[in-house]
Amino acid sequence: MGFMKALRCRECGREYPRKALHVCEYCFGPLEVVYEYGKIKKSLSKETIEKRPQNMWRYRELLPIDGEPTVGREVGFTPLIRARNLEKALGVKELYIKNDAVNYPTLSFKDRVVSVAISRALEMGFKVASCASTGNLANSVAANATACGMESYVFIPFDLEPTKIVGTLVYGARVVGIRGTYDEVNRLCSEIAGKYGWAFVNINIRPYYAEGSKTFGFEIAEQLGWRLPRHTVVPMAGGSLITKVWKAYRELHMLGLVDNMDAKVYGAQATGCAPIVTAVKRGKELIEPVRPNTIAKSLAIGNPADGYYSAKTIRESGGWAEDVSDEEIVEAIKLLAEREGIFAETAGGVTLGVTKKLIEQGRIPRDESIVVSVTGNGLKTQEALHGRLEEVPTINASLKDFDELVKKMDEKYALEG
Amino acid sequence: MAVKVRIPTPLRKLTEGKDEVTAEGTTVREVIDDLEKRYPGIKERICEEDGSIRKFVNLYVNDEDIRFKLNLDTELKEGDELSIIPAIAGGMC
Repeated sequence: MGFMKALRCRECGREYPRKALHVCEYCFGPLEVVYEYGKIKKSLSKETIEKRPQNMWRYRELLPIDGEPTVGREVGFTPLIRARNLEKALGVKELYIKNDAVNYPTLSFKDRVVSVAISRALEMGFKVASCASTGNLANSVAANATACGMESYVFIPFDLEPTKIVGTLVYGARVVGIRGTYDEVNRLCSEIAGKYGWAFVNINIRPYYAEGSKTFGFEIAEQLGWRLPRHTVVPMAGGSLITKVWKAYRELHMLGLVDNMDAKVYGAQATGCAPIVTAVKRGKELIEPVRPNTIAKSLAIGNPADGYYSAKTIRESGGWAEDVSDEEIVEAIKLLAEREGIFAETAGGVTLGVTKKLIEQGRIPRDESIVVSVTGNGLKTQEALHGRLEEVPTINASLKDFDELVKKMDEKYALEG
Repeated sequence: MAVKVRIPTPLRKLTEGKDEVTAEGTTVREVIDDLEKRYPGIKERICEEDGSIRKFVNLYVNDEDIRFKLNLDTELKEGDELSIIPAIAGGMC
């Protein structure tokens, strides 16, 4: 039995039953899961959690399902890497990479939210899982739905690159191209959700789905030895993840699982799509939508649904927000790969690039603990690096040719023929 | 100036179940005031007490977000379409 009490509107506080609802009928505010924290505190301890298998369900009391998870039992507990080479490169004392580029099964943090969403959707009796997406979310919905015997419908803008469609179609998902922009696809999906009664993970299942992101924060704290890092840098598209990482930190503190609450969260966006960063920098409450233009396509949401709350969370925590250019994104992807052997997608380049900037600005002190969130795998966004890496030299299958090449390329290894 | 207004599900209780209604006005502001006359109670669901649009409501004139135009002062022509859409979620993180 779970510890979920109800859904509650974050704006006006009206309560709703634990159904497939996501918007307050009165004020259109987002609905959020409310838990029975008193009971959770009695049944959850560090020792209980540590005895459980190493996946994200070890925090199941704080996740919005009633029974056992039905899909994605192996998701989560990805490595938290002490990045010693990067520490040297950036001139800081204690830096970690939380690496969801190797999350199971589709190599992005989306498997966390989708496995919660689909497990909950099955509890509520849904037969079809669905989403509007251009990448990671589509992959994860298709894979996880198949794994538990559900059908999936994935809606995409019709002009999406073929390589991105392969990683969804391969799982047997039905993929429908829509003549329109991503925003139009999203709007159509909300109408389809209402009419067809399907579980759109990021629309009508959203209150449950979004809670899965908390496990990213729970794991960081546990892997640091039940301690919150002083500075956590998180990429922002719709803005949900950063609010949930912060919520995770607060829940752990409230439940007495960590002692410190001196954590700050920082939001990262690409300069070509930085509506939340702009609001934070200008001290504004409302988010002004923008038309995205960046290589960080997984973060290119011009009208972020959780923009208001993410800016609020950043302010509340005492953190800050920054953005980086496409050039800086590529440089940061290469820096992470060359120093730590981790190939992050463009969003990871955004996050590391912003971390570097915040350190240089003095916003993040060099002698305190820093966690950089990597949420997806670079193999999925390889086109961002086309033409930005060294060309591969081609020679004949002859030792003489190679001797000459080494002389040109890497003189220190050159040997006399 | 008559325009079409598309009504989202949560507001249809106020429009006798209709998903599309007609209202008069030359700006978004005027159309909302006219809607209130026809369907009392609808304005407070779309706007805050000070008249600004609620944070989680997006308005589109012919599929363009009015925040890219002149917000409540965005002008409307005969036959234009005003859509009221909850700020639904999507995207990555």
